[in-house]
Amino acid sequence: MVTKEQVEASLTSKLKPIHLEVIDISGGCGASFEIEVVSEQFEGKRLLERHRMVNAALEEEMKEIHALSIKKAQTPQQWKPSQDSATPSKDA
Amino acid sequence: FRCSASALSPQLKDTLEKLVSSEKVVLFMKGNKDFPMCGFSNTVVQILKNLNVPFEDVNILENELLRQGLKEYSNWPTFPQLYIGGEFFGGCDITIEAFKSGELQEAVERAMCS
Repeated sequence: MVTKEQVEASLTSKLKPIHLEVIDISGGCGASFEIEVVSEQFEGKRLLERHRMVNAALEEEMKEIHALSIKKAQTPQQWKPSQDSATPSKDA
Repeated sequence: FRCSASALSPQLKDTLEKLVSSEKVVLFMKGNKDFPMCGFSNTVVQILKNLNVPFEDVNILENELLRQGLKEYSNWPTFPQLYIGGEFFGGCDITIEAFKSGELQEAVERAMCS
């Protein structure tokens, strides 16, 4: 049985995220998780490559994980703007 | 059981190469396009139908060898798996993102016109 804590620990050690959210969405049919990761390691990588990095980081866990949904795989720069989207842009 | 040996024999690799290029858009899924057996597979089917994309559906639940081989071939651990123009495009989350951003439509159009 894979726990939320294991998923968090593996992602933290491999991807060094500045933001990480793991949500357990298992509905009784086995381990299912939703993940948001923000890491500098995603810099210059396409979405497919980023998801591959997440999958690779969870290689062991994937053997038991029933479903994995990567909601966000962003760089710190991509993550910031959406965070303070209420802030008016500086260019006039 | 867990087998450490590769499921991807040279023959299977050859077969998969032909299979992913057999149509411009190929979806390896759980169930078929008329009767998806999993919510993630269903999501991708609905997106492709929404874009009016003709595509080939392959039910991986009917062939365990194909299922294991594809995971290695795509270097992707889960299903559905979407192939466009003979190349792996992504799983469910990537397809949703690309649908929202318009990238999916672009990729499909590029493949259709090539």
